[in-house]
Amino acid sequence: MFATAIIVFREILEAALIVGIVAAATRAIPGRTRWLSAGIAAGLMGAGLVALGTERIADLASGVGQELFNAAVLGIAVAMLAWHNLWMSSHGAALAANARSVGGAIRDGRRECSVLMIIVGLAVLREGSETVLFLYGIAAAEGGASWPMLIGGVAGIVAGIAVGYALYAGLLRIPLRWFFAATGILVLFLAAGMASQAARFLIQADVLPSLANPLWDTSALLPQTSLIGTLMRSLVGYEDRPAGMQIVFYVLVLIAIGSGMKWLNHDSPARPSRAAS
Amino acid sequence: MEPPLSRALSLNAALSVAFLLLAPVPASAAEDEYKLVIQDHKFQPTEVVVPSGKKIKLVIENRDGTPEEFESHALNREKVIAGKSTATIFIGPLKPGRYPFVGEYNEKTAQGVIVVK
Repeated sequence: MFATAIIVFREILEAALIVGIVAAATRAIPGRTRWLSAGIAAGLMGAGLVALGTERIADLASGVGQELFNAAVLGIAVAMLAWHNLWMSSHGAALAANARSVGGAIRDGRRECSVLMIIVGLAVLREGSETVLFLYGIAAAEGGASWPMLIGGVAGIVAGIAVGYALYAGLLRIPLRWFFAATGILVLFLAAGMASQAARFLIQADVLPSLANPLWDTSALLPQTSLIGTLMRSLVGYEDRPAGMQIVFYVLVLIAIGSGMKWLNHDSPARPSRAAS
Repeated sequence: MEPPLSRALSLNAALSVAFLLLAPVPASAAEDEYKLVIQDHKFQPTEVVVPSGKKIKLVIENRDGTPEEFESHALNREKVIAGKSTATIFIGPLKPGRYPFVGEYNEKTAQGVIVVK
């Protein structure tokens, strides 16, 4: 039961943290709860479809369809997170200053909200489909479903969502002055971590070379399976044995989005003081 | 409102097209191929010896009816393998050493190791 809870918890955690960060980062955008709920619902439906189609997806592209699918999903998510951060860099000041002055940004805000829906939906889809498969495996086991394992699965889901909510609630306690800078940095590292994961799938599919394999090994120092390692992995993309190509992707995305944010920040006047990044 | 099955099929069709565009890159290099079988939530063989410094193609056949996730932190690989299906994973080039792997969904029984010499 405990092992089941841990596995499900790990799958759910990443999606929960992403939803928590996105929900916090968009606190001032009108109508965001509706869009986020729609994203989660669409993601759950997608997770079911992907789980059903696992075999068919895997058979595509001479057996590496799953890797290409995951890399594509992650790639889209990175692009959406980048878009969100750039949008926030040019509108965040207004959102932070006064929720009422957002009126003019609502039309723009609708596009921003659909981007959020996609980010949340993709996160739920990717992590959810593996959870569905795992729970299906338990339910379809010989001799019928084992109740302790199913209970463990549910406990894992609840615990994962609880951590995501805790992150959300914690973020909301950050003073408004630093709030958008803080969530912007979180989203930036989230995107870089996803880019690194996408690179890993492309290496696994033999589409990209690994360059160095691994580039470093810190598994003795901070194993990525430990609690802190798992959190670091979900939040900033930490890996204890990454390939060189993953770090190339990570740094490129970090620089691309980071410099875009900086550039837009300079352009928008009346920007409140911002924590140095 | 389309029925879900035909939606799933058209999703599959769309994915196929997307992957055909991406597909031509692999399968060019002549890498060594090694076979693993999953049966009763166990790997067979449990130990695979491969040469160092070479790219390796692992072909894993899941003979169980339930899905399994091949996972190895040492190899930095993870892949879901549907029940009654076969999956391909590329690993290496690797330095000599022992690289354990597990089936994450049945971690107690599904264990093995890649030995690189």
